[in-house]
Amino acid sequence: MTPGTLHLTLARVALLEIKNLKLDFLAGEQGARAVDDVSLTLDSGETVCLVGESGCGKTVTALSVARLVPTPPAKYVGGEILLNGRDVLKMPADELRGIRGGVVSYVFQEPSASLNPVIRIGKQIKESLRLHRPEKATDEQVIRLLKLVRIPAPESRIGNYPFEMSGGMQQRVMIAMALASEPKLLVADEPTTALDVTIQAQILELLLDLKKRLGMSILLITHNLGIVGDIADRVAVMYAGQIVELAPARELLRKPLHPYTKALMNSVPKLSGGAARLTAIPGNVPRIGNFPAGCRFYPRCPSAKPECATKMPDLVEVEPKRWVRCLYAS
Amino acid sequence: MSLLSVKNLKVHFPVKHGLFGRAEEFVKAVDGVSFDIAPGETLGLVGESGCGKTTLGRAMVRLVEPTAGSVLLDGVDITRMNGAMLRAQRQKLQMIFQDPYGSLNPRMTVEDVVGEALDIHGLAENKSARAKQIAELLKAVGLDASYAQRYPHEFSGGQRQRIGIARALAVEPKLIVCDEPVSALDVSVQAQIINLLQDLQQQRGLAYLFIAHDLAVVEHISRRVMVMYLGKVVELADAKAIVHEPKHPYTQALISAVPVVDPDSKRQRIILPGDVPSPIHPPPGCPFHPRCPIAEDRCRVEIPALREIAAGHFAACHLAK
Repeated sequence: MTPGTLHLTLARVALLEIKNLKLDFLAGEQGARAVDDVSLTLDSGETVCLVGESGCGKTVTALSVARLVPTPPAKYVGGEILLNGRDVLKMPADELRGIRGGVVSYVFQEPSASLNPVIRIGKQIKESLRLHRPEKATDEQVIRLLKLVRIPAPESRIGNYPFEMSGGMQQRVMIAMALASEPKLLVADEPTTALDVTIQAQILELLLDLKKRLGMSILLITHNLGIVGDIADRVAVMYAGQIVELAPARELLRKPLHPYTKALMNSVPKLSGGAARLTAIPGNVPRIGNFPAGCRFYPRCPSAKPECATKMPDLVEVEPKRWVRCLYAS
Repeated sequence: MSLLSVKNLKVHFPVKHGLFGRAEEFVKAVDGVSFDIAPGETLGLVGESGCGKTTLGRAMVRLVEPTAGSVLLDGVDITRMNGAMLRAQRQKLQMIFQDPYGSLNPRMTVEDVVGEALDIHGLAENKSARAKQIAELLKAVGLDASYAQRYPHEFSGGQRQRIGIARALAVEPKLIVCDEPVSALDVSVQAQIINLLQDLQQQRGLAYLFIAHDLAVVEHISRRVMVMYLGKVVELADAKAIVHEPKHPYTQALISAVPVVDPDSKRQRIILPGDVPSPIHPPPGCPFHPRCPIAEDRCRVEIPALREIAAGHFAACHLAK
């Protein structure tokens, strides 16, 4: 029995529990709410996608899992983030350092910005290993990791500088570094947005393969609903700092319930979709500090009713496992 | 007659300089591209990073100088012109850019940005005519005329893109090169801009060269689509034909790689191995052969010509049928 299947036979425990998280960004005295009462759980081995557009709070929520948001200018004003039962927001500094890269690892959008341009990649991966698994900080282990992320001829690559590699390769190196410590949770913030679509396909295949082999959980942030279909077990759609819909991925894509999710899916051109004209969502995404009163999607909602302008809807379980924040979703 | 006819266009950037500063190596960004665009038509151009699509768009409007080949606008070769003659031709051919934040001068008001085009070409008779034209242009792109006094930083990405479109429309062009005009915008705003471009096309008979990496967007807006790889055109056909019956193995892989929002689709993805090779040292023979799942010996030595496989459907592949 390989280690991968061993992971899968264990009972599903909530690896990550974000409970009523509230975060403000401070500008002088004023605090602008960026994450507004967000709750989300992630089981062991599960892949959850956080979907939304710029300013919705998805990146800040994901960074909070390892308390990576600088405070100030941010300020946590409520809630907790339980990683393996321990609240990240109250952890002492050394425990926090231990979980970063240890229990939870990150992969970001722009690999060229995350890799040190003047250090060879082999050395950077070794650094990751040295911090969390010092007994494994060897060239053999580096090559093993590069093989894991399917970099061809890894022995010849450990001496490469990042600029000698393409974007797709750099992203694989990032994933290798993130995996060095055998984390339970991988947080990937738009990991393929900066990559060409054929390379994106390679990276998604890789993540799926790693998920199966290592039993790893993945929290993946994206604005691309197509990726959600390929990789997610569950999806949380965010808008203006709140989760507006939460559901198993296939069900959400088959039948979205929140007007924003529906509008988003309708406004994206689909390959051989045949639509003569796209159904655009009028207006703009509201900026932090300028959220409308009442339902935040109300000004742009095609199904808006007068009540929506003043009454803030709760996130309600309207069907088993399907949560929607809308006064009129059925 | 075609509105635009590009013939064997090449853009080679010198890179290595040997003795006496002579260039020894070239990045062959665009390496012999030919195509036509009819009046009022949208030709989509897709390809991945480094394929040369952006360079091609810029070379067409001479933001980058072509190394060889010609660009015929209404039958006149604009690559051979300069000065006042070129400026006159520039009225017919405009461009909108990918970065709504970088393509507007932050120190110019909207009125300055849109009015500059009118001023350069002497298109407004007097001050009040100019103000009226600017107001009409803003209205045409869905912006309120009162925005004329504002500065770019006061607008969202989508709105800035609209300002860029108004600027391009000011000179009443016949063709607009759209270089990834929606890639940098929020998803919910992309549809607004795509719809706007289509509406303007219908109202004004505009032609577009629509450059993008998002196949779904390109297919939606284009009548025909051209696929580029390493500086060459590998396939050219009707948008529907490109998506439903791609003939070139690269196009097939590109289409299968597009994430699809259908939870029930069980499509088999073609995963291409490796990366795009360097345009300084393109592989011999077919540029795609190192990654091609069906490459044969002939492909490794002989560059395939772009040939007509079916009516109006061209592919540069020895094995396509």
